[in-house]
Amino acid sequence: MASARISARDLAQIAVFAALIAALTLPGAIPTGALGLPITLQTLGVLLAGAIIGPKKGTLAVVVYVALGAIGLPIYAGGTGGLGILFGPTGGFLFGFILCAFVVGWLTARLLPRYPFWPALGLTAVGGILSVYLIGIPWLAVTTGTPIGAVALGMVAFLPGDLIKVLVTVSVAKAVHRAWPGLITPRPWGRRRDGSSTDATTAAVDA
Amino acid sequence: MGDIRFEGVSHHFGDDAVLRDIDLTLTEQRIGVVGANGSGKSTLVRLVNGLVSPQAGRVLVDGQDVAKHAREVRRRVGFIFTNPDTQIVMPTVREDVAFSLRRLKLPATDAAARVDAALERFGLDALADRAAHKLSGGQKQLLALAAVLVAEPSIVIADEPTTLLDGRNARIVTEYLGSLHQQLIVVTHQLELLEDFERVIVMEDGRVVADDAPGPALELYRAAIR
Amino acid sequence: MNGFYHPGRSLLHRMPAVAKLLTLIVTVTVVAFLRSPEALGIALAVTTLLFVVAGIPPRLALRAVGPVFWVLLIAVPLNGWLVGWDSAVIMALRVVTVVALAGLFTLTTTVSAVLGAVETLLRPLPRVDADRVGLLLALTIRAIPLLSEIVGSVFEARRARGVDRSLRAIAVPVIVRSLQSADELGDALIARGVDD
Repeated sequence: MASARISARDLAQIAVFAALIAALTLPGAIPTGALGLPITLQTLGVLLAGAIIGPKKGTLAVVVYVALGAIGLPIYAGGTGGLGILFGPTGGFLFGFILCAFVVGWLTARLLPRYPFWPALGLTAVGGILSVYLIGIPWLAVTTGTPIGAVALGMVAFLPGDLIKVLVTVSVAKAVHRAWPGLITPRPWGRRRDGSSTDATTAAVDA
Repeated sequence: MGDIRFEGVSHHFGDDAVLRDIDLTLTEQRIGVVGANGSGKSTLVRLVNGLVSPQAGRVLVDGQDVAKHAREVRRRVGFIFTNPDTQIVMPTVREDVAFSLRRLKLPATDAAARVDAALERFGLDALADRAAHKLSGGQKQLLALAAVLVAEPSIVIADEPTTLLDGRNARIVTEYLGSLHQQLIVVTHQLELLEDFERVIVMEDGRVVADDAPGPALELYRAAIR
Repeated sequence: MNGFYHPGRSLLHRMPAVAKLLTLIVTVTVVAFLRSPEALGIALAVTTLLFVVAGIPPRLALRAVGPVFWVLLIAVPLNGWLVGWDSAVIMALRVVTVVALAGLFTLTTTVSAVLGAVETLLRPLPRVDADRVGLLLALTIRAIPLLSEIVGSVFEARRARGVDRSLRAIAVPVIVRSLQSADELGDALIARGVDD
């Protein structure tokens, strides 16, 4: 983290994406339409935070989201909120979200500026989904005394939905980063960063 | 009383030249800026409070170079934006107005008194503890005015303040703007707003093409857009 | 946006937020390490008593613990079958007690009191700007209805035009408008001296 304080523009982006996660998680955010399947868009908001505004701002956005829910706003899944959720068996998933945004943001920066679609899809799927479950599953297992294998098996049902959200995230990210190249500082693989590369917080480009 | 000078100011976004060698001295109390979209009028006024820094030339506000003294200049220049929603930064009406005072570090009772006075002046006192997002568009622009005026600026800039409002709310906001004692610079498409103004600047393609009393300036503008 | 705060004048309500939070953390840690069903039973009973003292109606108390219900519905039988019923009971008591205690904190502390506690706790940290954190949290709270409106209106616009309403088709306009809003909010903050 740069020692200079976060700029106003960065604050605004972090706040907007944290609010976006909350808005997507609110019950009735989007009517479930023809299929009638209840979809929680919470994970989509987290993935987008990392993929659109990058590892630093995206992670902070999720931290703010988790913090505000813990503080008592009804912005967790199902309109719940408060410390009880964070301390409870599913609290690990909230911390997993924070890791997920960081990993996805980090991977996105590495994939830019070209952002090849299929590698992006694969990496984001593995990195993003693994991050959430890496913390969520053990936490749930330990707090409920359930064997990890059983918990992991239970999560399999969520994988198709997760993959759809990753697909949407990668599609959106590809389009958005092509239109606005300045959102995340590209750090592609296969190219050495020279010592003089600046690591200033990425200010939004004047649209 | 304000004294704003543009000296040889040029600016471009990427490959587009947005302002070309602007020289202006603004001392009048009521100044209007008109022009087509992309004429540079929004960029022009954003130079005054340092939201944009010119790539060539300089802007002086009461003798201070904005690029070097942005902090002091911003204390004296209030800015009203076009979109009523995105200039509200705090959850409640009162909090948003009070936010403008936080860097003045006033004693709590003085700050509260100024906030109350600003709310009352713009008819928002009954709504003080309401969630700001629940206000109407017109009320939100009045909130923006209250939040700007509570800090007692000497210059107020309004960038198309009524463009997103319906007719009735536009008139209310216009009236309040007219009642200000500060030097007022208004960018607008609604030319009727400028009838009582002292000076109207017409921008086109980054240049000043007319700079006169409202009558002649607006006649030229209307002719140009026909 | 309203929190879960239930107004009252009990000792719990009047306890300063920072002290309350630290007490909660200590208490929860102790409960997490209790081993016998009897000890946990007492802990849960005490917790229930605290709810009564705080004047929390049963409906709200149940809602505070509600979210764990579905997890326990699966975990208790599973635990009972795989490990033993003693273990399942201990686990259930522990989870309910911890979640209830944490929920009680939320029920007896206003959002602004917790925000104040967060700022107080962050202030002594050398590299953290507590004011900026407070601003960020308040800005986000303000932005939630703004983003709800963006999401809703993008969906409505597509529905009205009978156009593709897939998740992908909605996400791009939502992100675009979100970035524009962030830009404008950033402008407003700068104009009000936040970067000075």
